[in-house]
Amino acid sequence: MSNIGSYEKRYEGFDWKISADELEYGKDGMYNIAYYCSDRIVEKGFGARTALIWQSFKGEVKKFTYDDIRVYSNTIAQFLKESGIKSGDRVCIFMDRIPELYISFLAILKMGGITQPLFSAFGEEALFTRLEDAGTKAILTTKKHVPKVRRIQDRLPALERVIVVDGNEQSVKPGEIAFNMENSDRVDRFKIEPCGPETPSVLHYTSGTTGKPKGAMHVHSAIIAQYLTAKWVLDITPDDIYWCTADPGWVTGTSYGIIGPWANAVTQAVLDSGFNTEKWYQFIAQHEITVWYSAPTAIRLLMKDGTELAKKHKLESLRHLISVGEPLNAEAVIWSEQTFGKAFHDSYWQTETGAIVITNFPGLKIKPGSMGKPFPGITATVVDLKTFEPLGKTGTVGLIAIKPGWPSMFRAYWANKEMYQSKFKKDWYICGDRASIDADGYFWFVGRDDDVINTAGHLVGPFEIESALLEHEAVAESAAVGKPDPVNMEVVKAFVALKPGHEPSGDLELNIMNFIRKKLSPLAMPQEIEFVDSLPKTRSGKIMRRLLRAREWGEDIGDVSTLEND
Amino acid sequence: MTEDLKKAIIDYVKKEYLEEDTQDDINESTPLISSGIVDSFSMVSLKTFLEKKFNIKIPDDKATPEAFDTVNNIINLLKEFKVV
Repeated sequence: MSNIGSYEKRYEGFDWKISADELEYGKDGMYNIAYYCSDRIVEKGFGARTALIWQSFKGEVKKFTYDDIRVYSNTIAQFLKESGIKSGDRVCIFMDRIPELYISFLAILKMGGITQPLFSAFGEEALFTRLEDAGTKAILTTKKHVPKVRRIQDRLPALERVIVVDGNEQSVKPGEIAFNMENSDRVDRFKIEPCGPETPSVLHYTSGTTGKPKGAMHVHSAIIAQYLTAKWVLDITPDDIYWCTADPGWVTGTSYGIIGPWANAVTQAVLDSGFNTEKWYQFIAQHEITVWYSAPTAIRLLMKDGTELAKKHKLESLRHLISVGEPLNAEAVIWSEQTFGKAFHDSYWQTETGAIVITNFPGLKIKPGSMGKPFPGITATVVDLKTFEPLGKTGTVGLIAIKPGWPSMFRAYWANKEMYQSKFKKDWYICGDRASIDADGYFWFVGRDDDVINTAGHLVGPFEIESALLEHEAVAESAAVGKPDPVNMEVVKAFVALKPGHEPSGDLELNIMNFIRKKLSPLAMPQEIEFVDSLPKTRSGKIMRRLLRAREWGEDIGDVSTLEND
Repeated sequence: MTEDLKKAIIDYVKKEYLEEDTQDDINESTPLISSGIVDSFSMVSLKTFLEKKFNIKIPDDKATPEAFDTVNNIINLLKEFKVV
């Protein structure tokens, strides 16, 4: 029997109070997420339970109990406080998937900070944009990544503390602080900073079509949704060994790679390694993973290596598989059923929703290729593209819309009230994705409703890429669009018009690719560059990205009456 | 020839994927993809580098994370294209 039991029964008369009551949320005035992920578990008598099994790419394994997590997060929190970090300060975590990342996340919350995790593969300009926007006061990083911070620090007056968690006095530069979690004096008792349910907790940056990335701000009471969705959708129990393959630089890696599993007192495993089919299967077999939350891109890469390779490993421990990030194609669902004896269950949500909102539930019939049904407590529909009124007819494509008020809904875009308000139309939160609903109430994903590129489950903003491209000495103008990709769903393609004196060449293409990769991130790097004489524009001079994208996807290019030249 | 090739690839990886002041060093058997030095997206720029340098086209089904995981693996892949 799954945790959720009957979906229909749960949906009827649902109240988020179920979750708050199970968590005892707010008891004795405690609302801090970090308490519910560490101290509370210890108080309940599970301090000796393994909270984290961590494995490096070299195979080194470290294990941390819930009491270790409690004490180490106390230790880091105390250190941050003594370093002058105050309640409400934004503290960035910028490192690979090492134990310090997961524990620092809780430590920042414990001392009242707002935690700002950023993907460690971000280049210096992507890092700068996000730190500047948030007015980040401190950054926790490693020797590997601190050079990127050093190159932008002069432009970040608010950034007062650079803390290197694997550094020593010899390796850090003047002004930086070396801190070693495991070698520091353990702090057994730390007074968790009092906060309310609406106190800001986590700041995750996400990309849009226009403008710079936006910081989606979440609050401590988001845990009410993250706890229950982890329990009912991921179906985790304290007996499970759970593996979330997402990086905490992205929202999945925090909502379901830290908060959800630890609030449920689950043992979670982390593999700090790049993708490698054999290593992934070995990891599952070695640690007897039972619940696995991954992404369609990874599943499609596993598919490429075939069923036979999977059969060579002992993967019988797997009992529940879930996927997130981009639509899970029907072939992948069927393949996983044939290969693992279990179908991957697609789940849908986004940075702004903070938790899963539409999904395929354990025990509910899977329609391969469908997104599933709304989580109890989530009122979801599709609305008309122009009027934003709910569409009554099944099978009609509209925008996915959710009635505001669920606990993990973002409360603001950092310092961008106007953009935040623009996401709400006629009392609905508009997700920006198009879908239809069938007669059984299942949602079917159609595509994005904007120019944002979803590559391997990560949203990349074309504006950020185009802005960076213009900084290349040879680029006169550019447009970035998503092009179809069999593994990543979409990858970035750039159309580039060169300045006089520069000629298209293979070397220049490679140079531009690496320029963007280092400046922004590997995800933003164009995987193809097409050199053009000029870009299609409207009569008002705006580049018609839509037209270029439609060509890549073989779609109707639509109304081109405003095209300047053809 | 193979040694020159190894050196060219190692030099390229160092130049493009490692920080200038890094203390890390790499050799022909250092894991590149699984260690995270080169992630699966950045692998495309490494593939593009090889294709341009040797004037070859590496099909997607050959450009796997395993085939690119070490310089030795890359050399083995290039042997299929008779450039080594």
